Amino acid sequence: MSELKEELKAKIIEQLNLEDVSVAEIADDDALFGDGLGLDSIDALELIVMLDKDYGIRLSDPKEGRKIFESVQVMADYIEEHRTK
Amino acid sequence: MTKTFHIKSYSHIKNQTVSVNGQAIFRDENEDFPLFIKNAYKFLKTDYPKFFKMDNLSKLAFLAADVLLKNENLNEEENNIALIFSNKASSLDTDRKHQAAIENEAEYFPSPAVFVYTLPNICLGEISIKHRLYSENSFFIFDRFNAEHLQLYTNSLLQSGKAEKVLCGWVDFDDNSYEAFLYLVENVGKIEHNTEEITRLYNIL
Repeated sequence: MSELKEELKAKIIEQLNLEDVSVAEIADDDALFGDGLGLDSIDALELIVMLDKDYGIRLSDPKEGRKIFESVQVMADYIEEHRTK
Repeated sequence: MTKTFHIKSYSHIKNQTVSVNGQAIFRDENEDFPLFIKNAYKFLKTDYPKFFKMDNLSKLAFLAADVLLKNENLNEEENNIALIFSNKASSLDTDRKHQAAIENEAEYFPSPAVFVYTLPNICLGEISIKHRLYSENSFFIFDRFNAEHLQLYTNSLLQSGKAEKVLCGWVDFDDNSYEAFLYLVENVGKIEHNTEEITRLYNIL
């Protein structure tokens, strides 16, 4: 699980072009949206594509992302449970 | 009565150089545009993390506008500066990236962050968000730099009171070839706003 969380942090930084943010600066429970990393709605769509591409998880309702992308911890828990690759 | 307007300031970004009013303020050896523009962003202390999410055309337009607008003591709430931009390549650079993604049937994962930049006028939105411009904006596609059209449109907006100032010009990006020339038009300034002067400034560097 710890490995997955580090992998997710690195992917979030790379996929969402978070310049000047390092893996070490993202805590497992940091909010990804709002006051946390300050991600926006296009970032949420990118994360949905990432779930599909890298973990074989296809969200049928994009609104599900609101809960899943709460933090790296919540994302990792969801991926562990639902991943197909 | 027809009023005379003036060009207050102008910027160029081309040949690995950022210039304001004809004076180079940043020069870099990187021929690769993403590296060059990133170094320019850092040198100019722009401090706007969303810059890194933009496509190449928006980065070019954003920095060319920012070096002029940051000297304007803008209102933090709202500003009436119209944006009239133009180019030749539209958003082709990003269009090609999106096309490559949707043509890949085996790995069909087009990026929403790329798709949102498949229109040239998105760069106007980026500038408007940063500088709180609640104003007219248009983006025209021409075969070449068209001083006549820009001058007519700008004067019309200023004469009719639709805008207090107009930031206009040319921002073109395709296949690592780039050129930006923007100028700010308002009531006062040293350079008269006419096609001869616009063309002279466009070719000054």
